Amino acid sequence: MNFPAKPQQKKNIYLDYAATTPTDSRVVEVMIPFFTEKFANPSALYAASREVNGFLNDARRSVASILHTLPDTIFFTSGGTESDNLAILGTARAHAKSGKHIITSEIEHHAVLHACHELEKEGFDVTYLKPDSQGFISPKKVTAALKPDTILVTIMLANNEIGTVEPIAEIGKEILKWRKSNATMHPFFHTDACQAGGVLDLDIEKLHVDLLTLNGGKIYGPKGVGILFKRRNVSVKPLLVGGGQETRVRAGTENMPAIVGFAKALELVQENRQDENMRLIDLRNYFWSQLEKNIPRIRLNGADLAGNEMSRLPNNLNISILDIEGEALLLYLDEYGIMCSTGSACTSESLDPSHVLLSIGLPYEYAHGSLRFTLGKRTTKDDIDYVITYLPSIVEKLREISPVNLQVNPQVNTHPKYHQR
Amino acid sequence: MNTQGAKIRDTHGGSWLYSDIVKDHFFNPRNILKHGEEEQYEADGIGRVGSPACGDEMVLWLKIDSKTERITDCRWQTFGCGSAIASTSMLSVMLTENGGMTLTNALKIKPQDIMERLGGLPARKIHCSVLGDKALRAAVNDWFRKTGQHQRIITEGSKVVDSLLNITDHDIEEAVLEGAKTLEDVQQKLKVGIASPDAIPEIEQLIRFYSEKYYGV
Repeated sequence: MNFPAKPQQKKNIYLDYAATTPTDSRVVEVMIPFFTEKFANPSALYAASREVNGFLNDARRSVASILHTLPDTIFFTSGGTESDNLAILGTARAHAKSGKHIITSEIEHHAVLHACHELEKEGFDVTYLKPDSQGFISPKKVTAALKPDTILVTIMLANNEIGTVEPIAEIGKEILKWRKSNATMHPFFHTDACQAGGVLDLDIEKLHVDLLTLNGGKIYGPKGVGILFKRRNVSVKPLLVGGGQETRVRAGTENMPAIVGFAKALELVQENRQDENMRLIDLRNYFWSQLEKNIPRIRLNGADLAGNEMSRLPNNLNISILDIEGEALLLYLDEYGIMCSTGSACTSESLDPSHVLLSIGLPYEYAHGSLRFTLGKRTTKDDIDYVITYLPSIVEKLREISPVNLQVNPQVNTHPKYHQR
Repeated sequence: MNTQGAKIRDTHGGSWLYSDIVKDHFFNPRNILKHGEEEQYEADGIGRVGSPACGDEMVLWLKIDSKTERITDCRWQTFGCGSAIASTSMLSVMLTENGGMTLTNALKIKPQDIMERLGGLPARKIHCSVLGDKALRAAVNDWFRKTGQHQRIITEGSKVVDSLLNITDHDIEEAVLEGAKTLEDVQQKLKVGIASPDAIPEIEQLIRFYSEKYYGV
């Protein structure tokens, strides 16, 4: 087998933007003064504090205007995990008297799923909806699961593994209708929008959501900062107690450098999102066409690329390569400077393969051989060509030492049996 | 180069610290049986364990000198992660070096012997090295069967410890390999002993035994 010689100069090809993004230098620039000069605690009374407090308000206003809401509905947190936890644990605990039923999906991020598991321990009842074979949660399934004691529905805006964009606006509308016809304020509707912050319109009036999570580390902003949008009529029981910051919803001295960085990052990605989406869709589709041409027996996981362009995140490509295992592939790719991720069990703490891939009906052997490439701002066609130069022979080499020889079944997860659940 | 003889490279299980030996065997696997050569290889014993659905599958081909009972050649194919591939490669080297191992000695190889030769594995990768000795046992059994030595076949001595749930000592072993350290951990995975509290002392003893066997603690 002709195994291509390693490149003389190893390139670093980062294709894991769904894990985290590099911070934009323009973002870093606005953050710096808040470390050394504008370091005062925004809660104090003197002029230096009042100045910093002014910047805190500006950041809040800026985020609010992008979400088409009022500043007092934006709460700064330590990131996506905290915002998801606060939205779910906080809302459920504050509204438990009105009901103890929650609806979510099987393919949520663990920050949502594990929060739901916590609530189950506290006596809440959680319905986990199953997506279809491309990862879509149907609004009909959501309405069918609604009960008089449902207090919260939480469905992600876009999936982090397969990039499926959920019909949040439609689900939101259905929930509004339900609330109106039942003359109730429940259930509230939360969406985890972490993967969509730089991609989709975040207008909360169009999305019809009551709570929304975003984080900085996925939108070319700093890590360790996020926001929770929360309508005024939704009360949450705080997770952190202490000082009265963030109108007593989230105690702790405001992380000013990160907060101004987050606001700037969101502004920048939203400004440029349509052009960048188009560029990434072209690049991603080119990538898949080359993979399909050069590697036999592979499968695209998630929403169809030929379908509605915005039903899948523009930067997401999730594939299964049969007969080889994802971690082995990652190790090889790393030798060539290519960084991506896998849904294989061997990289997870739990020894189970990706819950998302299993939930869309893929058999274990497809999940073990899965790779996720997520493209971003710095990704070029040259990067994709570099991957295409090496990946096919890496696959060939690993298949050469594998005793397995499966055939791709395109209908693998569309069997009627799978849809019974 | 890692010089520490550590068996477990990372107790937090969060890192990718593979030793240079593991990397060498992963990128340059020894003794592979190429596709298409399986038929003409004329193995004396073949062992196949695992499945792609489990994340690991391994096939081992052995040539055995029936007079000396030494393993004269060993070839393999593995579907699995880096550790699984490197472990099989190392096992094939151990079996065939210095004129080949006798069956008696080969059957004494334990997962931690392979791990030691590899310069250790990250804690959460230990389970990847256990398939090798199972494949070896299957291949040797295959040879025993083919040569009519049925009395020598090694049967997996599973012992039921919780008869209500039909859980065996092997299930406990698997749970420990997957990271369970206490009775609570094992119960979370297997529910073992919850309905049969009489079994708990024996379960605790097995957890201690396997923890010691694989982790030395």
